[in-house]
Amino acid sequence: MATEIQAVRRDTAAPARPAMPGLLALAVLLLVLVAAPYVLYPVFVMKVLCFALFACAFNLLIGFAGLLSFGHAAFFGGAAYITAHTVKVWGLPPELGILLGTAFSATLGLAFGALAIRRQGIYFAMITLALSQMVFFMALQLKFTGGEDGIQAVPRGHLFGLIDLSQPMAMYYTVLAVFLFGFVVIWRTVHSPFGQVLKAIRENEPRAISLGYRTDHYKLMAFVLSAALAGLAGGTKAIVFQLATLTDVQWQMSGAVVLMTLLGGIGTLFGPVVGAALVVTLENYLAASNLPVPVVIGVIFVACVLLFRRGIVGEIAARLGGKRP
Amino acid sequence: MIARLLAGAALAALAVGSAQAQQGKISGDVVKIGVLNDRSGLYADLGGEGSAVAVRMAVEEVGGKILGKPIEVVSADHQNKPDIGSNLSREWIDRDGVDVIVDVPNSGVALAVQEVTREKKTIFLMQGPATSRLTGDACSPTGFHWAYDTRALAVGTGQAIVKEGGKSWFFLTADYAFGHQLETDTAAQVKKAGGTVVGAVRAPLNTADFSSFLLQAQSSGAQVIGLANAGGDTITSIKQASEFGLTQSGQQKLAGLLIFLSDVHALGLQVAQDLVLTTGFYWDMDDEKRAWSEKYKAKTGKMPTMVQAGSYSSVKHYLKAIEAAGTDDGPTVAAKMKEMPVNDMFAKNGKILPNGRMVHDMYLARVKKPSESKGPWDYYEIIRTIPGDEAFATMAESGCKLPG
Amino acid sequence: MSTIFGIPPQALFGQLLLGLINGSFYALLSLGLAVIFGMLNVINFAHGALYMLGAFVAWLLLTMAGIGYWWALLLAPLVVGAFGVVLEKTLLSRLYKLDHLYGLLLTFGLALIVEGAFRHFYGVSGQPYPIPDLLRGGQNLGFMFLPNYRGWVVVASLVVCLATWYAIERTKLGAYLRAATENPVLVQAFGINVPLMITATYGFGVALAGLAGVLAAPIYQVSPLMGSNLIIVVFAVVVIGGMGSILGAVLTGYGLGLLEGLTKVFYPEASNIVVFVIMAVVLLIKPAGLFGRER
Repeated sequence: MATEIQAVRRDTAAPARPAMPGLLALAVLLLVLVAAPYVLYPVFVMKVLCFALFACAFNLLIGFAGLLSFGHAAFFGGAAYITAHTVKVWGLPPELGILLGTAFSATLGLAFGALAIRRQGIYFAMITLALSQMVFFMALQLKFTGGEDGIQAVPRGHLFGLIDLSQPMAMYYTVLAVFLFGFVVIWRTVHSPFGQVLKAIRENEPRAISLGYRTDHYKLMAFVLSAALAGLAGGTKAIVFQLATLTDVQWQMSGAVVLMTLLGGIGTLFGPVVGAALVVTLENYLAASNLPVPVVIGVIFVACVLLFRRGIVGEIAARLGGKRP
Repeated sequence: MIARLLAGAALAALAVGSAQAQQGKISGDVVKIGVLNDRSGLYADLGGEGSAVAVRMAVEEVGGKILGKPIEVVSADHQNKPDIGSNLSREWIDRDGVDVIVDVPNSGVALAVQEVTREKKTIFLMQGPATSRLTGDACSPTGFHWAYDTRALAVGTGQAIVKEGGKSWFFLTADYAFGHQLETDTAAQVKKAGGTVVGAVRAPLNTADFSSFLLQAQSSGAQVIGLANAGGDTITSIKQASEFGLTQSGQQKLAGLLIFLSDVHALGLQVAQDLVLTTGFYWDMDDEKRAWSEKYKAKTGKMPTMVQAGSYSSVKHYLKAIEAAGTDDGPTVAAKMKEMPVNDMFAKNGKILPNGRMVHDMYLARVKKPSESKGPWDYYEIIRTIPGDEAFATMAESGCKLPG
Repeated sequence: MSTIFGIPPQALFGQLLLGLINGSFYALLSLGLAVIFGMLNVINFAHGALYMLGAFVAWLLLTMAGIGYWWALLLAPLVVGAFGVVLEKTLLSRLYKLDHLYGLLLTFGLALIVEGAFRHFYGVSGQPYPIPDLLRGGQNLGFMFLPNYRGWVVVASLVVCLATWYAIERTKLGAYLRAATENPVLVQAFGINVPLMITATYGFGVALAGLAGVLAAPIYQVSPLMGSNLIIVVFAVVVIGGMGSILGAVLTGYGLGLLEGLTKVFYPEASNIVVFVIMAVVLLIKPAGLFGRER
């Protein structure tokens, strides 16, 4: 039953190697991102970067460990609330707030992961979904999250007490640095022995077990890392937009990140970045038009599932490396 | 402080929007009015497209031009989400050169937009949002709260019902900024008038089924169930209260703390009759209001709510202030607006406090019985005029930290 | 936060009864999900959207054609079922050879499309749907006033759930169905058209969702978002009951409705998360669900 999805994955494993095209792509990406705020509206690019990191974190789990989480909004939004609260109410500097948000998501990831990896496939997806819904309702009802209002007027503050983040460019390059940090962590993880074991589990878990790997440990670690990076993205977004609201913890957000990754290419390093940029751009332009945004997004979703399951980057990589056996 | 703001205005405008470098007196050579509200959800009827229509009426009355430059009106849907409202208004100001944001019902969204407009020194004319915090601890030098607020509602409806004998209260509250503030303000007025509050239950915004909340209200035994919610939520809770026979027993009575004309229209007089409510505007009060409202009705097919009428009034006042100040620079216009009295079909001798509160008379009304109504939209009987100074908090009471 | 009362019996019974009414919807929806999952191994994410579609079909029948509640009760599930058959034939059936997760993703996309389309045309505020004349008014039960219509919902859902259970567990057709779930190749070899059975099962499962939508219309109003939040709770119900277990889905549906009611009496703030907490506990103790078995 699961043969084809594995075949797809084997193809897409190619660009994960730190080969020349990968480094070249990274260099181009970096150049584009450094120049972007002079051409585009900085807040928009920052939004793209936050979502790109979020999608990369999600992709670590589905692309390299084969686990579809439908509850990643809990980590993204949860961290946003923690960061917003610690910065606004406790008066912490932004870097510490983001760090605490990330730590919170990692802890939450440990708890959710421990529960969810008891099951696989669809069950895993539904359990993560239900658990994240629990976080949503807590965000709705706990006092500190502000319910429907969210946490507003979060000060951007001064990074390390020096850099004034209320300046758009200072904020932008901070976000870029955070994104690059997350991206490099994922890059390193995927190419580490740890990443290789994950891939082995994804391809054939019983075989990995028979080789002596405690696969549950590996899966849990991947889950925690993914949750932490999703939290990093969420916390950063809270500082950029100076608020944390229910939108970030809703299950629709979990669905959005699945779409971004699927569209860009599951299991590719750059796919989630491309997917996130496309989806955010699309939402931005469609909002101004008369077309119903969710319908267009839904159609893309269905088209991805039916027609190009490799995603954009995955398709390109497959075409380029098509001669490979 | 005002002087300092004025002095720093040019500098601020440069620092804030790189896209809108000051070109002469009108930034971008166009005055852009952004109407931001709920256009598809539970508050769409009380503001929505109607507010945009009312704003366009104000623009048409000045000939679509001010100081020789055109006036443009744009509108958007914030879907009752603070993040969408905040991001949209930021984009509007940064990227599209919007000079003033109007309406923004849903107090939660309005508080978020207030943060953005404060930072960007952009004028913000609030009609739909209710919370008195907008001119209290969350006040802004360029924020104006026009049509009503929770404190005025509490003074009007809360006091009136206690006087009629409704001494013990239970609140069914919309669980966000607006509901909380309306509950707080009303509870204060109830206690002041000698009543007691026995409890409260919080229901999420846009609740489909109020039955379990109503059951809690019923078992509290309170004489009055105060509905601290608005729009679609008020309509649903009143309907379901009658479905569950809450008021039939005669021991309990519903008090809608914020009811708009559009709500009464949706409920129908059969259900809504005898509700007591507080409003800042009713179309059928004098010739001037009737004339304007008929014009509005010709465009939309409906009579205006206080939110829609207030949108017209505030934009009219804003344009007058630009004319007088000779610029559309936010802080300068804000200062001018506060100097001038508000005199139009909406308000007579309205004055604007330093915290942005527009003080005008409010009205206590009773919804007519079907037999008393002479025709469509003939819904209210005005039973008392509440003088502005009584309805709204003074600058000192408000808790606003701006210099008075 | 709200005051905690001592618990007067009327509040207790009242909330339990309301819980039973909510449970009726959980049961109907999770029944459909379980039937579909048993046969197709697909978690139908579009179930909430199709429930909403059922309510909208009823509303459209009334406002466009003047066709009332009782006919809608018959017609709307048929329309939704037919829509489901088309979806299965044209889209879903292409994915059976792949990982089941793709079925989940596809139906998620479909849910976005259906909900987004209705939201575009009708906004998010509810359209009122009148209670049928026959069921107006209510009964004073002493501890609370029960509107007749809500009583009817409980009865109707019980009847439908029992009938479905009987059809699957006690009839010949049901036997084929169960056999095809276990071993589709063998059943096909016996000359039974398995693809047709799969299509019919999906159609039937979503028709149940459509029926639930019609039943819900007079209570919750007809709104494009009515299904999107409900569906997650129903997912949790199915996980707790054990996926694929018909009886488990129904019993868990009612049980959790009642439990939610109880929570509203003792600790209202937790009523929204109690289902998820129970899910976590069940997963720790019995990962296959209360009525499920490891597959």
